[in-house]
Amino acid sequence: MVGNADLFVNWSRKSSLWYLLFATACCGIELMQAGASRYDMDRFGAVFRATPRQSDLMLVAGTITHKMADRVKRLYDQMPEPKYVISMGSCANTGGPFYKDSYCVVKGVDLLIPVDVYIPGCPPRPEALIDGIMSLQKIIMRKKNFGAKA
Amino acid sequence: MEAQVLFDTLKGKFGDAVVELQGEGCSPAFVVVAPASVQEIARFLRDDPALSFDSLMCLSGVDYKEKFAVAYHLHSMKHRHAIGLKVMLPRENPSLPTVDDVWPAANFHEREAFDLFGIVFEGSKDLRRILLPEDWEGHPLRKDYKYPDFYHGIKV
Amino acid sequence: MTIRTDALPTQEMTINMGPQHPSTHGVLRVILTTDGEVVTRAVPDMGYLHRGLEKIGERVTYAQYMPFTDRLDYLAAMNCNCAWAWTVEKLAKIEVPARAEYLRVIVCELNRISSHLIAFGSYTADMGAFTPFLYAIRERERVNDLFEMLCGNRLTYNYARVGGVSGDAPPGFLEKTKEFLDYFEPKLDEYNNLISYNKIFVHRLANVAVIPAEEAVAYGLTGPNLRGSGVPFDLRKDEPYSVYPKFDFKVCVGTGERGTLGDCFDRYMVRINEMRESVKIVRQAVAQIPDGPVRAKVPRLFKPPVGEAYFRSECPRGETGIYLISDGTVNPLRLKIRTGSFVTMNIFEKVTRGLMIADVVAVIGSFDIILPEIDR
Repeated sequence: MVGNADLFVNWSRKSSLWYLLFATACCGIELMQAGASRYDMDRFGAVFRATPRQSDLMLVAGTITHKMADRVKRLYDQMPEPKYVISMGSCANTGGPFYKDSYCVVKGVDLLIPVDVYIPGCPPRPEALIDGIMSLQKIIMRKKNFGAKA
Repeated sequence: MEAQVLFDTLKGKFGDAVVELQGEGCSPAFVVVAPASVQEIARFLRDDPALSFDSLMCLSGVDYKEKFAVAYHLHSMKHRHAIGLKVMLPRENPSLPTVDDVWPAANFHEREAFDLFGIVFEGSKDLRRILLPEDWEGHPLRKDYKYPDFYHGIKV
Repeated sequence: MTIRTDALPTQEMTINMGPQHPSTHGVLRVILTTDGEVVTRAVPDMGYLHRGLEKIGERVTYAQYMPFTDRLDYLAAMNCNCAWAWTVEKLAKIEVPARAEYLRVIVCELNRISSHLIAFGSYTADMGAFTPFLYAIRERERVNDLFEMLCGNRLTYNYARVGGVSGDAPPGFLEKTKEFLDYFEPKLDEYNNLISYNKIFVHRLANVAVIPAEEAVAYGLTGPNLRGSGVPFDLRKDEPYSVYPKFDFKVCVGTGERGTLGDCFDRYMVRINEMRESVKIVRQAVAQIPDGPVRAKVPRLFKPPVGEAYFRSECPRGETGIYLISDGTVNPLRLKIRTGSFVTMNIFEKVTRGLMIADVVAVIGSFDIILPEIDR
């Protein structure tokens, strides 16, 4: 009985992942193209929202600099629960090509907010992004929302 | 207009303020001038009908290890010629007059040179950091800049 | 639009159009001081994408810097790659084979088309019409397919090399390019029918943020922003580089057809017309391209002679000028990149005084800025 409730809640959450349009750099273009004509992400129920207050997925696409860092944290805090974060691209994973020599790039967005899925690539192809979203959907389906905590 | 002709015209008008012509290996050639006179030379370059350098292509700060420099690249829409202007500055307290009342395009470039090198442009209508956060310490593009370890608790 | 001055006295508000915003074309923050809906002051705050590309340039070699130029303007990455290659070749006086120059021009113009498509698509999306964005991305995906065939990547190509290009066009590439051009050219008329002369769209763009020609030159505007104000200056025609002298194309200038000369609508139409001219250039290049090698011999650890060079090329967003100083070692001494978008933001504060907040969005879109160009 509880298992069915879990299944229902998880299915409804994974099928309507509304993502925050948070595109800093080049990965943002692949994010836009993934949501547009050819690699339509709308068929996963994922539409983009401009405000964090209406979104449950934050796709961090692009380089995060130190100036931007506390805005990222603030946007993450403004999202209502349950919320998920996908780190898209090398820059958001570890700092990307700017890891070695740049003085103002945060070396990975996981230094700021907790990340659920990392998608490698520079930039990752839209197919890779869709694969990342499907991995997140698998993670969501495994969550236990009701009943005693293990 | 040839760089040598331009250099001679400027030398004739401004005398010792015009220091030398760097033509070897430089494209476009640079006329090196003294820092204090850069504003009046800029105004002359813009207003003189034979020169009419009405467009500032680029303004950059440079760190030549022993000294700083500010390099101006100018272009004329009317006569379609280009020239460079360079000002050499000492490493301690580099400062020179601004040219943003001659070419309004200079304002953001000067702010960037101030932000990344610490070169002060006297008389500028707005000189504050443009690319780095307001509370960043140091000027990154200097050759002796040491990368900070932490900024607001995050490892740099 | 008259503003009532006899109404109740109001206080000015400071509103933050923050770094995360759907219409600021990236992480641009604009601090708006408004009196009601009318903007009294709009100060741009940049630097949210400052990654220190110029400092990185001093720590890597000339060949290693090529991928970083991709990230400089990622919508026109081929143009930035080629600009870096041309600058280093000007400094070191390297002769590039003819086939490489033709390939560079073909990819630069195709990239100009895809960059203007995004400019067109996102601008109309900002104005409230979402459908043209999907049409633009449909066309852009076809250009991405061509580039993927050529160099393997869809966005950050790393195609040009110092001395040429990284690889020759595979068999079938030129035919597929011709097919794309035949498919794309009628689409521009479709877009004009769809949105360009739509009454609401014209009303939102005409007479907004008029920039007269002298002011545009004094503030250093370049590219479509300058040509939208009526100044017929295009680096490909006036200071030609590479093999551009061999092509016949028009310089597109704003005409003030639906408002005043130099308003947002003129800048928008210049971009639409430039796509047509780019199609012409690519057709001629594909017809004229010679056979031969695609890369000159350049030593692996390349050390150019001591000297300074400034090279400027016409990128879709304006003039990209690279000032390169070499001290004879494998790393550049100083590398300054002057981009069209950075200098365009100079005039932003002046031009937005007295506009409504919605017009500020129209101005940002008409300037077609991109943040990595501004912040580097």
